[in-house]
Amino acid sequence: MTVCGIGVMEEYIKISGLYKTFHSHNGPVQVLKGIDLTVHKGEIFGIIGFSGAGKSTLARCINRLETPDAGNIEVGGVDILKLSKKELLKERRKIGMIFQTFNLFEARNVYHNISYPLEISNVPRAEIRRRVLETAELVGLADKLDAYPGALSGGQKQRVGIARALVNRPQLLLSDEATSALDPQTTLQILDLLKEINRSTGITILMITHELDAIRYSCERMAVLEDGRIIEVGAVRDIFSNPHSHTGALFARVYTEFQKTDLEYGSGI
Amino acid sequence: MSLLDTPLWEVIKGSFSPSIWERLTPAIWETLYMTALSSVIMLVFGLLLGILLTVTNPDGLVPVKFLYSASGWFINCLRSLPQMIMIILMIPVSRLFFGKSYGTNACIIAIAASCIPMYARIVESSLLEISKGKIEAAKSIGSTNLQIIYRILLPETLPSLIRGFTVAVIAVISMTALAGMFGAGGIGDIAVRFGYQRFQHDVLFAAVYVLIALVQLVQWFGNFTSKQILKKRKLI
Repeated sequence: MTVCGIGVMEEYIKISGLYKTFHSHNGPVQVLKGIDLTVHKGEIFGIIGFSGAGKSTLARCINRLETPDAGNIEVGGVDILKLSKKELLKERRKIGMIFQTFNLFEARNVYHNISYPLEISNVPRAEIRRRVLETAELVGLADKLDAYPGALSGGQKQRVGIARALVNRPQLLLSDEATSALDPQTTLQILDLLKEINRSTGITILMITHELDAIRYSCERMAVLEDGRIIEVGAVRDIFSNPHSHTGALFARVYTEFQKTDLEYGSGI
Repeated sequence: MSLLDTPLWEVIKGSFSPSIWERLTPAIWETLYMTALSSVIMLVFGLLLGILLTVTNPDGLVPVKFLYSASGWFINCLRSLPQMIMIILMIPVSRLFFGKSYGTNACIIAIAASCIPMYARIVESSLLEISKGKIEAAKSIGSTNLQIIYRILLPETLPSLIRGFTVAVIAVISMTALAGMFGAGGIGDIAVRFGYQRFQHDVLFAAVYVLIALVQLVQWFGNFTSKQILKKRKLI
């Protein structure tokens, strides 16, 4: 248990001994090599690592888009790996996910992108309308409901993605490189939005990224993932000021370099 | 009128004479009937087969290697038969269904047998165009596989499906002309009986006009519809 400003925090995601191997044409590749991780309820938790470190696979195991070979995943007291197919579908509706490439449905306008999760769970029409409007308002898209994704900017697309992930009122949001395709300014706006939603709804956010700034800006705690293992966990401040691992040190060094050169990217944050 | 004893220009002029078009009109209806019915059958079964191929693909929603290989093998077998051989091969089948082995309805079976596998492959390639991310997003939201297919997969690839269907309908039209040789009637029948067997080239020309117009119309309509959808989605 960690004590922070708000009080004692409840453990929300509990992962232990997670292993995953992919079988490619060039033989097996072990992507996750025994992950242990605890994320508290209501926090924005960052996972940082270089490409290929296994970040996305880890996130995708949590809603079982990937099935791990061994290990345990508990989300809000539910053992994710023991769910039947039917239960899994229900559980997924309680876990929102946003993506680097947004993955919006181009055949549907903004309204129907946001309403999709409700449509498939047989929510009555009037209720769908009410909640879509409410969620669109929350992400600042109330005036774009008739637009098709093809006509939106990257930032707007990600807002639709966030609205679509939130409309079911999930307890957990998985953010898989959600800001990596956006320019620095838009990144900041999206991060602000995520922080705001975290504050107002108390949703837990797992933020997977390779962007230091995103984590420093949004998270209190983070983990460093390297070659399928978590090599550091702790407060963002501690890891940046006193990294113990190679990746952590590398990220911290890159970060100070960024600040020194006062690049536009770092200066906004 | 034949090109053997009449100048080309005269034959062309002759091809517009009312008597020829009177003879051609019922044939046009037969061709339209055959094309429409075969296309509907092809659409239904081709879509189903195409979806089956896509879904059971090793990278698909429900990978079933056996089903994927078996249906792929079956489709390839049917596709390796030239259309003419397919018509001959389907004669007993038509007799089974309609009690006779010739006529418009009988040939629809052969056309369907030949065009369904082709269209299934076209459907498959259209459906595979969808980005994996969209499927992933739909899964992460908790969609069932059926919901993914009819709420995401088909609508997202609709413009491509329409273009593919256009290509397939044109193949159907060309096959109706061939089927004409085997007692299916229609424009192909007219072209063979008058143009080929009796050297009435004015009739042949008239038949060619109709076929060209028909194919152009279908292609235009397919392009137009698919473009309108893409425009609506702001993708072009």
